[in-house]
Amino acid sequence: MSGRPPAEDIENSAGATDRTPVDDADVCIVGAGPAGGLVADRLADAGYEVVVLEAGPRFDPTDRLARQEKAIRPTYDRPAVWDSDPERDAHSNSGEWFYPLNHARARGVGGSTLHWQGMVMRLHEGDFNSNSERGVGVDWPIDYSDLRPYYATAEQELGVAGGEMPFGPPREEPHPMPAFPPSYSDSIFADACDELEIAMHPVPNARNSESYDGRSQCVGYGTCQPVCPSGAKYDGTVHIESAEEQGATVIDRAAVQRLDHDADRITAATYATPDGEHRQEADAFVIAAGGVETPRLLLLSDSDHYPDGLANSSGTVGRFFMDHLFAGMGGTLDEPTRQNHVGFLTSESHQFYDDADDEFAPFKLEFFNYAGPSPVGMALTGDDWGDDLLGRLRDDYGTHIAMGGLVEQLPREDSYIGLDESTTDNHGTPVPEIHWNVGDRALRTIERANEIQRSILAELGVDIEWTAGPDSTGPAYHHMGTTKMSDDPTEGVVDADCRTHDLDNCWIASSSVFPTGGAMNPTLTIAALALRVADAVDAAL
Amino acid sequence: MQLTRRDAVSALTALGASVAVAGCGDTGSTQQSDADTEIRETMVAAAEVVYPDEVTGIEAFVTTFLDSRLTGESHAAGVGDAVAAVNDRAESWYDDRFPALSAADRDSLLREVGADTAEPRREGSTAEEVRYYVVNELLLALYSSPTGGELVGLENPQGHAGGIDSYQRGPQA
Repeated sequence: MSGRPPAEDIENSAGATDRTPVDDADVCIVGAGPAGGLVADRLADAGYEVVVLEAGPRFDPTDRLARQEKAIRPTYDRPAVWDSDPERDAHSNSGEWFYPLNHARARGVGGSTLHWQGMVMRLHEGDFNSNSERGVGVDWPIDYSDLRPYYATAEQELGVAGGEMPFGPPREEPHPMPAFPPSYSDSIFADACDELEIAMHPVPNARNSESYDGRSQCVGYGTCQPVCPSGAKYDGTVHIESAEEQGATVIDRAAVQRLDHDADRITAATYATPDGEHRQEADAFVIAAGGVETPRLLLLSDSDHYPDGLANSSGTVGRFFMDHLFAGMGGTLDEPTRQNHVGFLTSESHQFYDDADDEFAPFKLEFFNYAGPSPVGMALTGDDWGDDLLGRLRDDYGTHIAMGGLVEQLPREDSYIGLDESTTDNHGTPVPEIHWNVGDRALRTIERANEIQRSILAELGVDIEWTAGPDSTGPAYHHMGTTKMSDDPTEGVVDADCRTHDLDNCWIASSSVFPTGGAMNPTLTIAALALRVADAVDAAL
Repeated sequence: MQLTRRDAVSALTALGASVAVAGCGDTGSTQQSDADTEIRETMVAAAEVVYPDEVTGIEAFVTTFLDSRLTGESHAAGVGDAVAAVNDRAESWYDDRFPALSAADRDSLLREVGADTAEPRREGSTAEEVRYYVVNELLLALYSSPTGGELVGLENPQGHAGGIDSYQRGPQA
């Protein structure tokens, strides 16, 4: 192999050269992830003067192969792949459950889609009506039918490869690209699932199964999480670059410190850059900074009029922080399982999803294509080399098999994002305090998912070696629920159009508006809501 | 198992990149400084130890891999320092340069340096830097290549752009 530029020579010189504010901006967007990018692209296309402020850097796309080295070599931890800065990204944990925030996000142009897995499912109809259909949680102020056309557009925009979804919500049109064919590993699972009458079906992937939108077909690098060097996996830079082509201005390393405001409007975003502090005025503001930084910014923007934080008359800013819980199980078979050729999934089962009620949460099951360690990763972490190393690799690689799953957690008032006033970041600003708590319904559901996983693996004859159960689960890195959507201004931060109840010219495009989380990976819903926000801003301007 | 041009250029082909691969298939570029020559000879000599016996074609593979690695100023300096440390130890302990030692002595020297048990670190002890810049550098090259993967039964290892067919194939295909 050759052509691998070394990781340590990444220069990060792709950022803006002028970080001063834009005159006469119509729209200021905070955050250059997929939500901010989609809103910017739509509104720039509609002729508005758009400026995007991004706290992190702009990464040079030609550095991605070098970043892949960081993903493979054990010297680098996961946050280092996208240059997480411990001071810039400082935070604290105070909940019963530890939350590894900087493993769960990437900061920079493209946002966390730079390191995401790329699974893109629509929420089910019942997810929008959890309280009325399942007797727990809350109902969204919108239904699946309100979001359905935006889901279809989002699938086109991101580029989704998918097939028939037997348990999914109704749709008229196929996915923009055909699904990735099932893996050999899937075929091993298929016999057991047939016997147990568990249906397997394709995974919708924001990853090109064929060339799409000027980006290449997946070339099988196998490092989707945390970096795709080929660009076949969608990330937010796609729409940021499109927005720029249509005249939008994107300023990286522009960390918004506060939103200046009067009683019912935001007047400016004050942002810190390496060149000093600036102030961006605009007619409309869209906060698209994710489920942690969005509430943090609102809390930091308190004032005499909003003493508990901007747009926080309801007192719910930061409250109801949710993630999905991981349920998993794996072991080894006495036959080759052909893992680690690619870094994405090709089969899942959503068969049990809509069995959800007040006792059990919705959950989905995943069939892994990358169970067990990768040989190159093992090779770099042993005390051996030569023939001894090869013998160890041959012993340890080849027979692993595993399943995963995601489980919904309910919104809880005692699970929240606050401010840790005792700790400050590189700009002297209080850092986010993460107080993550999970309830019994989610833990019961993890056990339920484990039972099904165990039945499948037992049917296969797997020697089960590990279980991610209620005592060992962790977050799926989907930050949701901290600026809840509600028709009632006393119950939520934004209305059904994702406009804040308190401020006429402020919208939020983020998973932070999710009233409940379902158990589907959230980014397609984030994208659909962002497209809907763009329409709302366009209509209001 | 023979390391081939396919191993050497696979990443370039996948990306359509324009990085030069001068000398691919032979022993590398023709105009090399003494320091560059020392790096290449030492790295090839180390590869002959850390790669399994059944691997052949090591010299061309390693020198071609280094073509892309040594273009990075910081990385090249790190590799150069680690290689110099290895040769210093070889001169002190075995009275000869590392490439001139027998394979058994090269293996012993790397272990005596501590590179077998050290954590790989870019700015660490000699053992840690040798582990990062020499041992792991070479193992990364091999086991993210198709031939390295095939040694283990994985023709498209992580880091190699081997397409989307192999994951669908069974072990007998």
